[in-house]
Parts: sequence; structure tokens; C-alpha cells
Amino acid sequence: MKKTAILGATALGLMATGAWAETTACLITKTDTNPFFVKMKEGATAKAKEMGITLNTYAGKLDGDVESQVAAVESCIAAGAKGILITPSDSRALAPAVTKARDAGALVIALDTPFEPADTADATFATDNFKAGELIGQWAKAKMGDKAADAKIGFLDLNPSQVSVDYLRDQGFMKGFGIDIKDPKKIGDEDDPRIVGHDVTNGNEQGGRTAMENLLQKDPGINVVYTINEPAAAGAYEALKSVGMQDQAIIVSVDGGCPGVQNVKEGIIGATSMQFPLKMASMGIEAIAAFAKDGTKPQNSEGLDFYNTGVTLITDQPVDGVDSISSEEGLKQCWG
Amino acid sequence: MTQTVPPRGQSFEHGLDQSDKTVAAFKTKKRGLLGTIQHGLHGNPTMVPVIVLLLSVAVFGLVAGGKFFSAFNLTLIMQQVSIIGMLAAAQSLIILTAGIDLSVAAIMVLMSVIAGNLAVYMGVPAPIALLISFAGGTGAGLLNGFLVTKVKLPPFITTLGTWSIFYALNLWLSGAQSIRSQDIDKFAPLLKFFGNTITVGNARLTYGSVLMVVVFLVLWYLLNKTAWGRHVYAVGDDKDAAELAGIRTDRTLLSVYGLAGLVCAIAAWASIGRVGSISPQAFYEANLHSITAVVIGGISLFGGRGSILGALFGALIVGVFQSGLRLANVDVLWQVFAIGWLIIIAVAIDQWIRKVSA
Repeated sequence: MKKTAILGATALGLMATGAWAETTACLITKTDTNPFFVKMKEGATAKAKEMGITLNTYAGKLDGDVESQVAAVESCIAAGAKGILITPSDSRALAPAVTKARDAGALVIALDTPFEPADTADATFATDNFKAGELIGQWAKAKMGDKAADAKIGFLDLNPSQVSVDYLRDQGFMKGFGIDIKDPKKIGDEDDPRIVGHDVTNGNEQGGRTAMENLLQKDPGINVVYTINEPAAAGAYEALKSVGMQDQAIIVSVDGGCPGVQNVKEGIIGATSMQFPLKMASMGIEAIAAFAKDGTKPQNSEGLDFYNTGVTLITDQPVDGVDSISSEEGLKQCWG
Repeated sequence: MTQTVPPRGQSFEHGLDQSDKTVAAFKTKKRGLLGTIQHGLHGNPTMVPVIVLLLSVAVFGLVAGGKFFSAFNLTLIMQQVSIIGMLAAAQSLIILTAGIDLSVAAIMVLMSVIAGNLAVYMGVPAPIALLISFAGGTGAGLLNGFLVTKVKLPPFITTLGTWSIFYALNLWLSGAQSIRSQDIDKFAPLLKFFGNTITVGNARLTYGSVLMVVVFLVLWYLLNKTAWGRHVYAVGDDKDAAELAGIRTDRTLLSVYGLAGLVCAIAAWASIGRVGSISPQAFYEANLHSITAVVIGGISLFGGRGSILGALFGALIVGVFQSGLRLANVDVLWQVFAIGWLIIIAVAIDQWIRKVSA
């Protein structure tokens, strides 16, 4: 009896020292179901394995689930994690939990979604969403040529709460297209007559279809459709097709998911801005490894309050002055 | 008054001579105009939503003008509410039994994912894939019914649980990925059958919106013209009394849940035509929207009262409000606000009408 207890204790002790010798990192995503985060998890897991880092992954139940993410951060502190990669489901509400983790000596990196203010975390690795919008705006403008001056544009946004990714992409598109955006953090305060209207999609096909139908009701002459993401774009296309107007309008989008890039290839989406979740995650793991080794912290991109993981325009109809790659190449890099 | 001589022989009513001989009757108060309206509405539960629908169409017609009143827009509203409408039909069945079903949309989305995966990715012929999804929907409904009748769980708890279960299964089966419209066209165009339209002038009726009306008419017939339908109302009004009257209440309830599940699976087929692709993330809030339509349609949440056609009008009222407010350039958040007040006012009117029988 006594012997087994001692043996057990020794075994536990050995296991513990084994675990402590390694660097532990955490990845906390918004959900476990969105292909974007699934890809992010894949990227982090592969990189962690390669670098010999123990990775614990957590996710909220649905977008906006702050509670689960706070609990996950606490678990990471308890596990003595050297670094935490997190896509905050609320860019403000998680600040206290994250501050606690940093006080406990962990490096905290926001992935995809910046905190408000951004310096709540040690660093942010994200897509430049404004730039992503700007690229498709520039493309659409160049594609239309002279007709851009009296375009009729419909905006299919995310939801009524005007979250950062929503207004950044929307306003970026406007800037790229040459619309006076007024307050860059506000959708809907513009007075350019080319804007037919805005509607919300919740980022899925069903919402995209209904929103497109609504905007066509306002003005059946819409010939440019901005969409927050590719599922919304697919829904918008269905709505246009159902009234035989699929050739009249150019649809542009953001994301770079494989079904979306496939839609670029088939001419359903004119152009889309691709983001790189895999890169965000693997760079995050590398940063944690460097921090664990000698305490170096990652730097932001010049002129930005985050590290830009890049964005690439995917289109099969390239225009002058806007760099892009073809859908064929895009399919090799797409996620999901 | 002269004292009459009682006749000879037996006279049982003799004892009543000195008393009031009027026949027993309910006291009829003077009702007044409001009371008459209240009484009329009590007798015709679909009148309120019909009146509200006509009024809102008239008001938005005036505010938003010709764009709203066009045949195109009015038929568009039909298209847009067709899926929520069918879910509201399923929801009505459950609510008539004094239950509530939080899982209707989850059943629908799961069945669309099942039909899509079988037909598009696994090469199962589309008609068979659809039959499997119908069976699956019925099965999912029967599971709810089993938990309610045999395990004796409250419908709210049961369907709260199965909502999660069905949603998780849906994400697991689909890998959280949509099936693209083009792939459905290529491998199983039948799945998009209800997206076809009948065009008359500017009016564009999808087969899906026609299907919605047919579903409502069939259910209305079953509820109003068959013994089964009377049983459903009886069970919803007072389950114990129905039991004493010889109705096999558990069997009735089970059939209601199974039928509601089947209606959800039919809605799943129509939803593929409506949305184009099969998206596991779509219709996440549709459970609540279906309840909204039912409540606005004047079906009592306490069971046993209201006509299923009310839910159809309820769904249309929501559609008319959304379309009208949008065309009048009202921000989305105020649309949500307006629908909230509609729900509260609808239930308040329902409570007021009920006072007649109190």
C-alpha cells in the first residue's frame, strides 16, 4: 500500500517535471465551428508540434461568448502557459482577464480581432481589414472605368452592431472606390448619391439573399455589390439570379475561403480579398517560442497598431494598378 | 290576483305557483361597442391578425408608396416569409397543445444538411435523400414527443436540449461548411425545386411560397375537420379533462410532435430552394422568429386556442413590417425594435380577448 503510494507520487513528480520543462501555449478561438478558426487551430497545432511546444486549445460556444473565453484564459494562467493566442469574441470585455494573464508573465497575442485599445495585448496579428476592403473597392472602380462615376452600389454588411471588422471592410471599400467616408468608424453617415443602401446579412447565405432582395427593391439598377464575406456574396448572387440580373452587377467580397475562391473562378464573385488565418496562428506560436527563449516581444507593422499578416486580392480579371493573383493560385492558398 | 283552485290529480308544478318561472339563463350585460368587438374577436381568433395585416399593408402603402405596393414587392414578401412561415406552422401545432418547440429551426437545418450531404456528396438519388430527411425530421419530432409524453419532461426543457443536440449534429455532419449552390445544381437540382418561380406580370411567386400556403391549408383541414384535430385542441385546452373524456392524450401529443418534425423537414427542402446553398449556420434565430409569428398570429401560448391560419398572417405581418420599414429607409435596429412591440401588443390583445370567457 505504502509502496504503491510512493511509486505513484514519484511517477506524478516525474510527469510534472516533464511538463514544466516544456513551453506551454494556449490558443483560444471564438468558436470551434467556423472554418476560419478551424484553419487557425490547424496552423497553430502544426507549428507547435514542429517547435515542441505543448498547445492547449479552447473555444467559445458561439461568437460573442465572453464567459467561455474568460474561463479559458483562467485555465491557461493556472496551467502556467508561456503565451496565449486569442481571438477575442468581445474586444473590450476580455481586457481584465487578459491583463491578469500578462501580470502572471504570459505573452498575450490577439489573432484576427484586435482588442480595444489594441495595447491590451502584447501584440496583434491580424488582417488589415480596411486594406482588404480598399483592394476590392479599387478593383471595382477600375473594372467599371468611366461608369464608376454613376455606379449604383449596394452594401451587404454584417449585423446592426457595427463591429470593427464590419466598418473597416465597408469603409475601406468606399475609400478604394472613391467615396467620401466621413467618420471612418461609422457605416451609414455617407451621402454619396451612388450608395443605394446598406443591409445586414449575419455573414451567411440566407442573410445575403434577403438583404440583396431588399436593396433591389430600393433600386433595381444596382450594379456593384459589396459583401462582408463570401457566404453573403453567394446569397446575393442567388437573389440576383432569381430576377435574371446576375450579369448586371459586380460582386466583391472578403475572406479567401475555398468555396469563395471557387466562386471567383466561376465568375460569381468578381474579386475577393484573401486573409491568412494559418499564418496568423503559426506566427503566433513562433512569437511565443521566441518569448519563452529570451523574452523578446513581437513588433507591430510600421504605421499600424497591429502586425499585418497580409491580404491578397484574388480575381481572374486583373486591372491596372491593383496587384492580384488568379483564382487558380488562390485555390492553393485558401482556407476552409 | 285571484287564488286559483289547484286542478285535481297529480300536479308537480303546483309548488312553483308562488315563484319566478323564467327559464334559467346567463345574465346578459349590455356590451357596448368595445364589448361587441371583444366578443366578435373571441369567436374569430384569426380576425385580429387579419385586421393588423390589412392595416399595416395600408399604412406602409401610404408611407413607402408604389415601391411597397407593387405586385413584385408583395410577392417578394411571400418569398421571404415562406420558410419562417412553415416553421411557424410546425410551431403552431406544438403551441396548440400548450407546449413550445425551441428546436424547429435546428431540425430543419439538420435535415437540409442531411439531404444535401446524401445527394451531393454521397451520390444518393435526390428523391431518396429527401425521403430520408423527411423520415429524419419525423423521427426528430417523435424524439421530442417521446421525451415530453413518456419521460414527462416539460416541452420547453425537452426542446431546449434537443435544439443543442440537433445543432451540434448539424455542425458535425457539415463540418460547418456550406454546400455551394453550383454543386447542388450539378448533382441534385431537385433539392432546389422550390426555388422555381411562377411569374405573372410583375408578381413572382416561388413554389416555396405556394408550398407554405398549401402546408397551412392542409394543417387547417386536419385541425378543424378531423377528430384528430379536435383532440389536439382538447389536449391543449385541458389535458386531464381530455384524458377523462377518453382521448388517448399521449398518443395525440406524440403524433403532433411527429407531424411538426415532418413539417420542419418539408421546410428544409424549401429552404434549399430559397437560400440556394445549404448553410449550416443559417436560420440560427429562426426558432424565435417562428414563435414570434405564432404569437402575433393570435395563437395562445397557453394552448387550445387560436387558428393555425393566424400563424400564417403573423408571419406575413412580420414580413410586411420589415419590408415597409426598410423601404422607408429605417435602420435595421429599429425594425427589431418594432417587432418587439408587435409581440407585446399581440399578447396584450390576446389577454384582453380572453377576458370574455373569464
